[in-house]
Amino acid sequence: MMPIGHYLFLSLLLLLIGAIGVITRRNVIIVLMSIELILNAVNINLVAFSRYYGDVAGQVFALFIIADAAAEAAVGLGIMIAFFRNRETVLADEMDLLKW
Amino acid sequence: MLDSVIFYFFAGIAVISAALMITRRNAIHSAVFLITTLLATAGIFLQLRAEFLFIAQIILYVGGIMVLFIFVIMLVRLDVPLARIRSRWRQWTAMLVAFAVFVQAGIVIVLAHGIPGQGLLILNSAPADKLPPNTEDLAKSLFGAYLLPFEIASVLLLVAMIGAVVMAKKRTEAP
Repeated sequence: MMPIGHYLFLSLLLLLIGAIGVITRRNVIIVLMSIELILNAVNINLVAFSRYYGDVAGQVFALFIIADAAAEAAVGLGIMIAFFRNRETVLADEMDLLKW
Repeated sequence: MLDSVIFYFFAGIAVISAALMITRRNAIHSAVFLITTLLATAGIFLQLRAEFLFIAQIILYVGGIMVLFIFVIMLVRLDVPLARIRSRWRQWTAMLVAFAVFVQAGIVIVLAHGIPGQGLLILNSAPADKLPPNTEDLAKSLFGAYLLPFEIASVLLLVAMIGAVVMAKKRTEAP
């Protein structure tokens, strides 16, 4: 069987790619997609450990994380639409309404 | 043997399309590559014998969340000048930090000896018959030991739904 380190490295790679996306991209929709990628990487970790300890608790946590991701996407995209309606942009560095 | 071939196949697809996702200029292309990553992850879930999560990943992530993303990308105008897509110095900083974290966490994974087995890289897996098709076990656990978190998650989803509707609604002038 596959040693669990392989899954951890895959999860680590996906998480870091997602983090690079969050830091470098200016389009907020792509930043949100990168956050989904990070949550997905965490899911791989949980499911791998669930498999290796023969316990379904990890899969339950992964389900909760999927529910969280759905809630986060809904609220985030709602904010995006409201912001675009007001300011006509989706670039992160033009979102300075709270700066002074 | 077959297990590792399947794993490397899906892992390669996942990592490559994730890298493409954060580098594509067109947001729709990014969304499609993210869908590919999520499908490859679903394949890895299946290889880990998490059948229910495999289906939930495809239906919820790809069928629900990503469709929502594509809807919003199409609603929002995105013709941004090329030079403004991403910033150069932040790119280098992010690469450097990511590499540092990768090396650090990689050392921890390779050298971990504290958990049962003999370190993470050669940890023995649970025997195959110990984890039979486990959708039923998952349901028992979800509606037994994790019933309260499950109910809280449903409240969370309700709140998120109401919040999204309120924020995306066209604002009518107060009388």
